[in-house]
Amino acid sequence: MIDILITSMFHQNLVLTSFLGICTFLAVSERFETAVGLGLAITVVQTITVPINQLIYTGLLVEGAWDWLGLPQVDLTYLKLVAFIGVIAAMVQILEMGLDRFAPWLYRALGVFLPLITVNCAVLGGSLFMVERQYNLTESIVFGFGSGAGWALAIIAFAAIRERLKYSDMPDGLQGLGGAFIIAGLMSLGFSALAGVGP
Amino acid sequence: MGSNLRHLTNPLIANNPITLQILGICSALAVTTSLTTALVMSGALTFVLCLSSAVISLIRHHIPPVIRLIVQITIIASLVIVIDGFLKAYAFDVSLQISIFVGLIVTNCLVLGRAEAFAMHNPVGPSVLDALGNGLGYTLILTIVGSIRELLGAGTLLGYTILRSPAEGGWFQPLGLMQLAPSAFFIIGLLVWAIRARWTGQVTAPKYRLKYRRVQR
Repeated sequence: MIDILITSMFHQNLVLTSFLGICTFLAVSERFETAVGLGLAITVVQTITVPINQLIYTGLLVEGAWDWLGLPQVDLTYLKLVAFIGVIAAMVQILEMGLDRFAPWLYRALGVFLPLITVNCAVLGGSLFMVERQYNLTESIVFGFGSGAGWALAIIAFAAIRERLKYSDMPDGLQGLGGAFIIAGLMSLGFSALAGVGP
Repeated sequence: MGSNLRHLTNPLIANNPITLQILGICSALAVTTSLTTALVMSGALTFVLCLSSAVISLIRHHIPPVIRLIVQITIIASLVIVIDGFLKAYAFDVSLQISIFVGLIVTNCLVLGRAEAFAMHNPVGPSVLDALGNGLGYTLILTIVGSIRELLGAGTLLGYTILRSPAEGGWFQPLGLMQLAPSAFFIIGLLVWAIRARWTGQVTAPKYRLKYRRVQR
């Protein structure tokens, strides 16, 4: 259990080793505060959607799931993409309404990033990894939280570095995107060095 | 026709989806460990991009603006399921290597981005050309990165040995780092630098001018 947590947070970090959610990672890391807000939102969404998708996958889609209706042959796994993206979009929408009602300060802090999470590949990728690695319910809760927190950790550190780099004297071609890639590469080296951590 | 052709050639370098528009980077980094996977992924993405642009452009007047994202994602997801099944049937080994990234074309910002920015406002012909151009721009970058990583990381190209390792009587020592995640970041970073050194119009202006820039020593 702890192994999954540590692994998904550090050396199999979604953004730095599996390259998921890079677009958002590069686009929304210009300012530190927004990076913190987005990281928080991703962690919450990831912790909720991965277990729900796990339940849907094992309960409805997997071959044999309709056994109790007398339909043991039905195999709906090819529908998993549509099902997962639907769950994610719905969860983000519900979370948005819930936050607006019960925690307006957090809702205001996250702002426009909440709906954008729907098309963030880190969230869908987390669910697809859950299927590929065959996690059970508890494991998928831990994996969801760990990978979300790892993503948050990466983007917060990245934004902090980029804020400082605004004042540095880089070659013209490396300003902006090019430099960001090099920094992400260095961070990726650092995170993969944590491979041996954990029991 | 001249202006339509521009839609095709413009995204190759001048407005490349990866190095300038920052779209579809996730998959570009992940599948480039070998040239084969890079090419298969590019093919899959270009296929989905062209067809989704065509379909969305066809029905653009009938999509209510409020739910357009859901409609677009559903169309894209259906096409991705088709290509995913096709790869599993005819190129099983490659589809295992690409693993989840074919599925992730659904949330690839390149597909959705072009659908939203271009296909929603233009007729079918230009939309397909634009999609094809962006697909080729994506293919170009993936081919370059994939070639570099496979050649330096394993000494092969498309599975054929180009540089022999000492065990086979050659001199080339494969660089293991090239097969790992960080090198993908470095190579694309350097590629962006190279492109912006040649086409200086793409350079991002620095946010803050330093008062004493480039001090004479």
